[in-house]
Amino acid sequence: MFARRLLYWASMAAGLVLAIVPLPAWLDPVRPDLALLAMIYFVLTSPRIAGLGYAWLSGLFLDVLRGMVLGQHALGFLVVGYVTHKLQLRMRMFPIVQQAVIVMMLLGLYHFLMFWIDGLTGHGFTGWVRWLPVVSGALLWPLVVALGDSLTRRSS
Amino acid sequence: MVELTHDSRPIIGRGPPLTAYFLTLAAISVGLMVADQRYRQIDRIRETLSMAVYPVQRAVDFPFRATDWVTGSFADRSRLRQENLELTARLRLANLQLQRFAVLEEENRRLRDMRENTSGIAEKVLVASILNVDLDPFRHRVLLDKGAGDGVFKGQAVLDGEGIFGQVAKVNTSTAEVILISDAEHAIPVQSNRSGVRTIAVGTGDQNKLSLPFVTVESDLQEGDLLLSTGMGGVFPPGYPVAKVSKVKRAGSTFALVEAKPAAQLDRAREVLLVWFKAPVFDAEMQPPPATAGADGTEAATADQPATARPTAPPAATPGDGTASPVAAPTPAPPVTAPATAPTRPPASVNGFSSGEPPAANAETTAPSPQAGGE
Repeated sequence: MFARRLLYWASMAAGLVLAIVPLPAWLDPVRPDLALLAMIYFVLTSPRIAGLGYAWLSGLFLDVLRGMVLGQHALGFLVVGYVTHKLQLRMRMFPIVQQAVIVMMLLGLYHFLMFWIDGLTGHGFTGWVRWLPVVSGALLWPLVVALGDSLTRRSS
Repeated sequence: MVELTHDSRPIIGRGPPLTAYFLTLAAISVGLMVADQRYRQIDRIRETLSMAVYPVQRAVDFPFRATDWVTGSFADRSRLRQENLELTARLRLANLQLQRFAVLEEENRRLRDMRENTSGIAEKVLVASILNVDLDPFRHRVLLDKGAGDGVFKGQAVLDGEGIFGQVAKVNTSTAEVILISDAEHAIPVQSNRSGVRTIAVGTGDQNKLSLPFVTVESDLQEGDLLLSTGMGGVFPPGYPVAKVSKVKRAGSTFALVEAKPAAQLDRAREVLLVWFKAPVFDAEMQPPPATAGADGTEAATADQPATARPTAPPAATPGDGTASPVAAPTPAPPVTAPATAPTRPPASVNGFSSGEPPAANAETTAPSPQAGGE
């Protein structure tokens, strides 16, 4: 159990590191939200342990790391976590491609929320480029699942 | 395939009800956001949290720093020699310029003493490194490795070797977030070194471009003009290069389309300077010469008029343009030096004007507020 908990926190840290690691300028807008994907994965596999509190904390740390309005990503992660929680029993049954489509919708919801809050706080950026992580994240979903499954199997 | 590793079905009495939990956390998030926009106290929470994430930022930065160190330690001898030679040559050149500069500076101090105004010269600088951390692809912000513990404050000017870089937007205990002058939310008051035209340079979100939206068709700006900071608003020290005008298009009816390229190396700088300086004094005790006071009061109108009819600029621009004479007669007119002689910091003329400004000049704030950069 301890190993499992360690895995959650380690993957949160890894996701956060990957959220701020410098990328070349052309790749920067495409950067997938790995912290969010990891959170979705853990909410699907072990919702009793990695629940909404876990999601909210990930988002809050991301806010601080990126110097955003405090609570912005926290709310986004929380909403996505909640919706995932509601869908979990169905999502687990889906084949991987269908899962990726749902994940894409979740990411779309998340980025819409971010866009909305950005607009409210006066940081609006309206270019289409800001929606690229939705696609890149959905494409990465199978990889996240594969990696997560192998790690979970090893740690249990 | 996602595997079910734990029973997830809700069991009565295990944990708080999901929706209630969700609503509570959502309310806290919204509360935090509102507080972050409105109240100062939230900075304490942010500071505490930023201490928690500081190791993460350092961890991300570490490999880059280590690579730098390794390449630096094992650099081959010939390259070091080559670099040494180049640096020596540059130092010699700089020393040569400095000699002339010393005379100018002395001159300047004397003139400024006459006006009881010693503002505008950087008094203390602190070198800070930029952490190799990506913040947000759509905002031009960088993170410095110096924070409140080093005396960094919000709104502090940040320069690099070439010019004005940005200003401190958020201060944490050991890091500080800097908003670059190219950020779409940033605006900085500038003045043309050649003609003395004053305007505001607004960031565009493109690191190689500033936009000057408030330049009228008639105003005297040309491609290649060096734009210096004016020191109005009290954030940036006056007389430092901000940008070079790269494009002037006088197609419209009222406003010209003017773009400028930032002087600072916004995308390449690794180390920057945090500057402490005495802000220009705008208070009423200062008695600007009557001629200047009247002319500067109509600052907005100044930019509208053609160069010949402008009341402020001619005394500054005409003697300074061609001749290299740094001497200014201590007449009621503001002290004037030749901008051409001190390319990096032609202080007296700029200082003279900005110190003569009425307090209303502060309205042109450079704070990264939506109003300042809304355009």
